Order: sequence, then C-alpha cells, then structure tokens
Amino acid sequence: MTALQKKEHNPIAHLSDQDIERLGVELDAIRDQVISTRGSSDAAYIRRVIKVQRGLEMGSRAVLLASRWKPAFVVGTVGLSVSKILENMEIGHNVMHGQWDWMRDPKIHSTTWEWDNASPASLWKHSHNELHHTYTNVLGRDNDLGYGIMRVDEDQRWSPFYLGQPVWNFVNACFFEYGIAAYDLEIGKYFKGKKNKEIFQRDLKKVGVKIRQQMTKDYVVHPLLAAPTGSWKQTLLANYLSNLTRNLWTHSVIMCGHFPEGVETFTRKSIDGETRGEWYLRQMLGSANINGSRAMHIATGNLSYQIEHHLFPDLPSNRYQEIAPQIRDIFNRYGLTYTSGSLPRQVGSAWMKVIRLSLPNHLAAKFAPRPRKAAPVPLRFKTAAPKADAA
Amino acid sequence: MVEILHGKPITLSCMGVKSAALRAMSVFTTPIPPEEYLRLVNPLASSRQLRGVVTSVTPETPTSATITFRPGSRWQPHQAGQWARVGVEIDGVRQWRSYSLSAPAGADPAVTVTAIGRVSTYLVRNTKVGDIVFLAPPQGDFVLPAGPRPLLMLTAGSGITPVMSMIRTLVPRRKDADVVLVHSSRDRTASLFTDELQELAAEHPGLHLVHRYTTDEGRISFADSGDLDRLCPDWRSRKAYVCGPTEMLDAAHALWERTGLPDTLTVERFNTALAPEVPGGGGQITFEKSDKQVEVDGSTPLLLAGEEAGVIMPSGCRMGICRTCLTPLLSGRIRDLRTGETHDDEGELIQTCISAAAGPVHLDC
Repeated sequence: MTALQKKEHNPIAHLSDQDIERLGVELDAIRDQVISTRGSSDAAYIRRVIKVQRGLEMGSRAVLLASRWKPAFVVGTVGLSVSKILENMEIGHNVMHGQWDWMRDPKIHSTTWEWDNASPASLWKHSHNELHHTYTNVLGRDNDLGYGIMRVDEDQRWSPFYLGQPVWNFVNACFFEYGIAAYDLEIGKYFKGKKNKEIFQRDLKKVGVKIRQQMTKDYVVHPLLAAPTGSWKQTLLANYLSNLTRNLWTHSVIMCGHFPEGVETFTRKSIDGETRGEWYLRQMLGSANINGSRAMHIATGNLSYQIEHHLFPDLPSNRYQEIAPQIRDIFNRYGLTYTSGSLPRQVGSAWMKVIRLSLPNHLAAKFAPRPRKAAPVPLRFKTAAPKADAA
Repeated sequence: MVEILHGKPITLSCMGVKSAALRAMSVFTTPIPPEEYLRLVNPLASSRQLRGVVTSVTPETPTSATITFRPGSRWQPHQAGQWARVGVEIDGVRQWRSYSLSAPAGADPAVTVTAIGRVSTYLVRNTKVGDIVFLAPPQGDFVLPAGPRPLLMLTAGSGITPVMSMIRTLVPRRKDADVVLVHSSRDRTASLFTDELQELAAEHPGLHLVHRYTTDEGRISFADSGDLDRLCPDWRSRKAYVCGPTEMLDAAHALWERTGLPDTLTVERFNTALAPEVPGGGGQITFEKSDKQVEVDGSTPLLLAGEEAGVIMPSGCRMGICRTCLTPLLSGRIRDLRTGETHDDEGELIQTCISAAAGPVHLDC
C-alpha cells in the first residue's frame, strides 16, 4: 500500500468536508447509543470472563501437578494456553483501554490493572493507547507500522536490513511478549538518543522486575510445586508451550489489525488540523477485521472487530459485534471499503506483505497482490465535485 | 534477649501471619494478588476492597428498611453513632453513599435506609439476603461521651439512625444510663423504631421517650427555649446530640450558642457539599496539589485550563480515547464535553481532556 494521500485513485475523493463531518456525527450517535445502554449485563459479562479465566488457570495448573501422566500434560497445557490468551486479550488489553472504567470497580480499572505479560501495564498503555490509537497508521508517527523492525508500507524506505524481515517477524512472533516489552521501552528511540536516559532506565527497571516475577512464577515456583509428583520438567515445558502459544496467537491477531491488504496508511502532514470526522475516517480505513465464530472473537479479545475497536477504543468489547452491522452500513452508504476476511486469509495477507516488502519497491511491485474489490461509490456522491485537496 | 531487640516485642498476630502468607503466595499468582483467586471460593476475600454479605433485610416503615451485614475480616468494629460508606452496583456502575450505622457498638453493622434518591431506593427495594455489598471502614465523631453523663437526643426523620445505635448500646447495658430522646417524625407510620423504643423505655427507667408527630403538633421551635423547656426541663444540664435536617441542626446550634453552652452540643451533619448544577457551566477550578485557582467558561477542557495556569497534569491523546489524563475529582461537578453528561461523585476519576467545569471544581493535581 501507499499512503492514501499519494494514491492515484484516492478512495475518499468523493467525500466532501461536510460528508466527513456527517459521518462523524453518525458515529458519535452510535457511540452514545452504546454508552446509554451500558449496564449490569455488560458488567456481568466481564466478571464472568474474568471468573472463567481464573478458574481455568487454577484448574489447569492443578492438573499440571500430575503432568508426568501424558493426558494431564495435554489437558493442562491446552487449558493454561487458553487462560493466558483470555487474560491478555479479552481481559487485559480491554481493561487497560478503560473499556470497563465506567463500572467504577477499582479492581477492573485501567488505572490499576496489571497483566500476565512481560511488558508492565504503565508502559504498554503509553505506547498503545496514547501513541498507536491516536496516530493510527500515520507513517512516521505510528510505530505499530512494522514495530520499527519491519517495512510494511511502500512509503517506508527500504534498506538491506529489511531483507531479513520475514525472519525477524517469525522470531518476534515466538517471543512476542518480550518484543512488546522492548517496543514499549522504545529501545530504538533510546539508542538514537531521542529518549530521556533517566526515563529509559526507570522503565528498564520496571520491565526487569516484571519479567523476573513472570519468569519466577512460570518457570520456577509452579514447576517446583509439581516436583513431588516428579512432574517438574513437564510443568516447566507446559508453561513454556502456553507462553509460546499465546505469543504466536496474539502476534497473528495483531498483524491482522493493520497489515492485511486493503488497509490504508496516511502521511504525516495529512493529520494536521484533523477534525473528529477525519480522525474517525482514518480509523475506518486504517483497520481490518477478521470473520469467524463467537469463540474466535473472544479469543482475539474482539480485536477481530478491529475497525469498531479503533473507532471506539473505550467501548466494552462485548458490544463491538452488536454495532458491527451499523458500522458496515455506514461504510456502504459513504462508499468506503470495509476490510474483512477469514483468519487464514488475513494472516496470509499480512505475512505476504511482510515477505513482499522485504524487497525494494521495484521488485516488490512484481508480486503485488490483486487489489481487493473496492466498495461501490453510492450514486449521490458521483455528481458531487471531488474534494479539492484530496489529491 | 528482649533488650537486644530494643523493647519492641515481636508479635505475629493472626492478621500478620495471614498477610505474610498471602504475600508469599503471590509468587504463584503474580501479577494478581492471591486473594483474587481465593475469592472464587470466598466472596468476602479481597485484597483492596472491604465487602460484606447481607444477612437480613427488615422493613421498618413503608419506605425504609434495616439491612444487616456480615463484614469481611478487615472490618473494624464501629462505635455507636458512627457512619460508613456503603457501595452497591446499580446497572453495573458502583455507587457509594454514607449511612449511619444503627446497630449497637460491637454488633454486625446495620444501616437503616429510607428510599430517597437512587442508591437508597435501590438498597431498600432490591437488597436480598446473601447479596454482597462494598464497605468502607466506619468513621465519625458523633459518638457517646467517654464517661457516664445525662444525655439529650434530639432527632428528626432518619436522623434517628446514629442515635438508635447509641441507645441500643447504652440503655440495656448500663444501669446508670440517663437518656431523654425527643424524636420528631411526620406521623406514627413514618416513625422509625417506634415499637423497639417503647419496649426499651418500658423496660429501662434510664430511657425517657418523647415522640413528636409534626403533622399534628408542628415542628419543635428552637427560636427560643420554650419548646425545649417543656419537653425536657433540665436540657441545659445534659450533653446534647442533634441529628436531622440542616435547618434543625442550624437552629439548635444557634440556640445552644445563645444559651452559652455550645460545648455541650454535638451535631451530625450530612449533605454538606452538594454541588449545584450551574446552567451554561464554567466556574472556578481549584488544583489542590498545585495550589492554583482559575476561572473558566463551560467549554474549556479542564486539562487546557490547568496547563494554562501552569499546573503539571497527566495528558495523552487530548481527544478522550487513551485515558492517560485520568484525575480524581475531589468535589464539584464536571460536564463531559462529548456527551453533555455531568458527574459529581467525589473521588471519581475524570478525563480532564474532554471535561469542563459545571460549577466550582476541585481537582487532585
């Protein structure tokens, strides 16, 4: 992809400033409608998820005490993997977004939540909520575009380093939580001398403490607990496999959010003086969804509704599914493309981009995928003059 | 040996052992405290939040009920006359209100609630035995004197609740109790604890009871001492407690001042800091930690106002999505600039980047 502003066929050329403002008003109305109906059933939902996750974790860890016995090893490992995925995705990510702050439960609150991950909540909230969600897909502002180790857009300059990016991406997938911690630490920025040394060292200490606690739990005390039955090795392995499974899963889901074909990027200058409507429009075009079952949606923390999540990052995740048809309707009415696909398709598309863009643009162009079918522009826009500053 | 330890005896209380054990257990459960897992089996186990389970709900009048709790282990027994904050969840949102405890000192806490306002109405109408409520430790100086003294209790409406705790604590247990209770209520059906008070008065000479039904007899006047002289001739020699509507408290306070006995009167006040909604919004913002004040209109975000005044405030996206700017509202009322909704809950965390003042506001930054 190329930044939307530089494209030959600009997908928003048919929208006037008034259209974009109207779009913003429609989206605000959807947001208000969800907020005014938030209530006890939503609260019951998140509490139930938390309860299930904790029960599953305790149960799986208990089963792993006998993991010398193979079926116990399998059941315990699968259970612990699912519990760790739930904990990071449907619970941790969403609670730290403030999606449940409205309940005023100090335990399920963005200011107090800490998650089962190498990256401390405070660092993650800064780089994710504050930077990524504000500057979504803006080249040079949103580091999630390639995490600083990959080129995922034609407009990011190629260097030979990127030839290895399929390998970097796979390694990052296997150690994803540590990748996130390194990313949240802004290590690259630090080495370029752009990050305050004191802040970096304070953050580094936080990460060190967090990793030590995580490692002690998963790789020392729980295996020790299983030692009396002679299961310590299997328990250690089960913890490792669960963390690996979660790393691969979360990495795949997150790649699907902004890397698949059809997702738009934006130039740095394009967000100067951006209105609320324009911000919404950028979120709509800069994100991609995943189609699938209810279980899949929960396992992705409803990030399969990435478009809805990016429009309304602080609405409860269980509501994204409910508003998705309304959002899709807005896409249709405004002649915009709602990028969505099955999990294998989106993961494949994202990986293709990582592989293709490891090459310089002139070579990458030879393998360019066929563009997805763009949404038809409704008649009412066709007569309107194209937006003057669109090109 | 003891001297080497410098006199401070090492006592491992039951609580100490328990908290040490929980700390040790946290290596298994990090980043979450172990109590969170214990709560799957014990609903009262909680590391940060005191809870109680409702053990009885007794209707008192057609619009009020007494709710008794068994509190979690960190509850400190209350003194007679104290109050506690009680939290319930209404439509998924946790709401807190303060209530006087009506149970005698040392007993399980109970509140007697009249169905006025959202939280109280919810408590009276919806609470069931077995429900979990949130609690904060008991507080307040409206308590019995240290030594035995003749007492006068002047109460009106639900103002009797803290006094009821005092009477239940004192009258049945102390032979030397000497209490005059003058309780005002609209009529007999609206009056709280009538039967129990009459039984207590019949059984214990230490309690003298005066019921004043204001529909028939009118309110007690504190403009001069006439009413009091009739109802309790020796009122000047008694330590007095007043609890009721604000006008009554003010009038009683003024009378005691005029009589030159202000020290013998103890007053319990509620609802002192209700922030009125200001049409059009705006007002004075006080940044408590930075000790700065600014006057703003109803459309300026609190964050901007603070920054312009030189207050260091947390900030992030500046458009209400990232929640980096959450700041506790100490008092006052703010308006969410996106929805127009107003918030006035003390201690609530607000997003300063999309909130404006709707009247005077105090912020914790």
